[in-house]
Amino acid sequence: MYFQPEIETMSREELRDLQLERMKWCVQYAYDNVPFYQKSFKDAGVEPGDLKTLEDITKFPFILKQDMRDNYPDGLFAVPRSKVVRLHASSGTTGQATVVGCTENDLKHWGECFARGLAICDCDENATMQIAYGYGLFTGGLGAHRGGETAGCAVVPISSGNTKRQIQMLKDMQVDVLACTPSYALHIADTAIEMGINPATDLKVRAGIFGAEPCSQGMRDEIAEKLGVQYCDVYGLSEVMGPGVAFECKEMSGLHLAEDHFFAEIIDPDTLQPVPDGEYGELVFTTLTRECCPLVRYRTRDITRIISEPCACGRTHRKIDRIIGRSDDMLILRGVNVFPSQIEQVLTGFPEIATQYQIILTTRGPLDHVELRVETVPEFPFDEIRKLEMLKKRLAAELKGNLQIAVDIKLVEPKSIERSEGKAKRIIDLRKE
Amino acid sequence: MISQLTVFLENEKGRLAAATRAVADAGVNMHALYLADTEDFGVARMLCDTPIKAAEKLTLAGWRAAVTPVMAVRVPDVPGGLASLLEFLDECGVNVEYGYCMSVEGGHAIDVLKVSGDEEIERKLADAGFAPVSAEDVYIVD
Repeated sequence: MYFQPEIETMSREELRDLQLERMKWCVQYAYDNVPFYQKSFKDAGVEPGDLKTLEDITKFPFILKQDMRDNYPDGLFAVPRSKVVRLHASSGTTGQATVVGCTENDLKHWGECFARGLAICDCDENATMQIAYGYGLFTGGLGAHRGGETAGCAVVPISSGNTKRQIQMLKDMQVDVLACTPSYALHIADTAIEMGINPATDLKVRAGIFGAEPCSQGMRDEIAEKLGVQYCDVYGLSEVMGPGVAFECKEMSGLHLAEDHFFAEIIDPDTLQPVPDGEYGELVFTTLTRECCPLVRYRTRDITRIISEPCACGRTHRKIDRIIGRSDDMLILRGVNVFPSQIEQVLTGFPEIATQYQIILTTRGPLDHVELRVETVPEFPFDEIRKLEMLKKRLAAELKGNLQIAVDIKLVEPKSIERSEGKAKRIIDLRKE
Repeated sequence: MISQLTVFLENEKGRLAAATRAVADAGVNMHALYLADTEDFGVARMLCDTPIKAAEKLTLAGWRAAVTPVMAVRVPDVPGGLASLLEFLDECGVNVEYGYCMSVEGGHAIDVLKVSGDEEIERKLADAGFAPVSAEDVYIVD
C-alpha cells in the first residue's frame, strides 16, 4: 500500500528534476532569509546561483549541530514568528538544547512523510494506531501523531509510560499499529507476558513503527516475535524534521528516504568528501521543502550508507541502510572506537543473557575500565556457579574478539538495570575528563 | 529428590538481608541456608516450606529465584557418615555439583547434594541401605 503513489513511485529522472528545482529554491531561500547562511556561503566563496546540478551541493559549506546551538533558540528561523505553528527542542543532554520550528506546511509535509510509513504497514483510515512515544518537546510523539491523523488512523495518544495501561489500551482499542522506541516496545512485550498475555496471539496489533534509538538485529527479531508484528524501522532527527525522514519497507533491506523532501549525501567524516553509493559514512541532509528551518548540508553524525539499487516494493526513492551508529554515541575506549550497537549485537548471540544491558565506564589508573552489566534470562540454571562463571567467560571472550577490548562482565539481579520508557540509558560514563 | 529454593544475589552489601526479608514477607519459614559466593555475585540455596510458592513470590517481587531438585540423604551423625555416602556415589559414577549438611534430632545428619549422572540413584541408595529423605520429612510441601 502507498500513501502518495504518484510521489513514492515516480521515475528517478522526474524525482531528480524535482529535487534540483527544490534544492535551488532552498539554497536561495536559506540565503535570503537566514543571516547564518549569508555568512557561511560568503566565507566559502559560493552563491546560491552556483547550484546548477544536484552534485553542485558539495560546493556549499556544512551546517553543524553546534551552529544550531550557537543560534539558540531561533537564530536559524527563516520565517517570522507569525508563520511558526510548532516549536520542538532536543533534550540538550549532550549540550545546549537545539530548537526547531515548523510552519503549517512543514507539519503537513511531516504528516505525509509519516503516513507513507503507515502505508508500508498497510495502515490507512481503517487502522488504529497507538503512540507510545513521549509527547512534548521531543518530536517522536507529536510527529507520529500528525502522521497517524494524516493517514486517517484512529490515534490513541497515550504517550510513553504506564506500561500496564499501554497493554490494556492495545487490547481494548483493538490497536493495529504501535509506534514507540524499540527498547520500550520490548518492555511492553515483556510486561504483557508477565501479566499472562501473549501479545503475539492475544493482541490484534500487527505492525510496529519503531525508531529514535539504535536497535540490533537480534533485538528487532525479539520484538517482532514477541509482539507478533511487522517491524518497521523509522528514521528521523529533530533537526531535519523528526521521525519520518525514512521508513523501512517490507523488503527489510533498508529505509526509503523521503527524497522529495530531503536530499541525502554520504561523506567521509574525516576528509568531508562524498563517498560512492554503497560505502559507509556520515549522512548529510539538505532539506528541500522546509520553510521554518531550512538546512543546507546538515551533518547528522549518523553513520550509514546509501542503497541505490531498485527496490522490489516499487518505491523509487533510494534507501539508507540501518544506522550503524551515531558518531556522538561512539565510545573511544582505550583508543578503540566502539559503538554500543556492536556490544548489543554480541549480546544477542547469547540467548542465556537478557536483552537489557548497561555499560559503566570508569577510569582505573591511566586506563578506561569497561563494565558490562547483564542479567541472565529467567530460565538459565543460575543454581550452578560453574555455569554462571562459564557464561561470563564466554561472553567476555566473544566481546574481546569483536571489540578488541577487555570488558568486565557483571551479572546483576533482574530489574537492577532500569527499564526504559523512552530512550534507554545504556551508557553510564563516570570517566574523569 | 526434594526442592531447594535458589536465589541469585549480587555480591553487594545488604543483598542477603533483603533476600531473607523477601522470603519472610512471602510468609515462608526457612530450615537451612547455604551460600555460595564469587567476587561479584552469589547464590543463596535454601530449604524452606512451600518452596514453589516461595519461588513464585520472590520472582514476582523482582528476584531471580527458582526451585532446584536436590537429593537429601539421612546419615548417622558419626565420623565417616558423609564419606561413605560420597564414596558410594562415586562408585555409581554420580557427579556432585555441590552439597551441604545439617544435623537433625535423633543423632542424625541430613546431607543435601546436587547430583547428576544417574536417574536411578535414589533407588540404588535405598537398596544399599542408605536413607534418602522425602520432602515431607524436611519441609511443608506445596
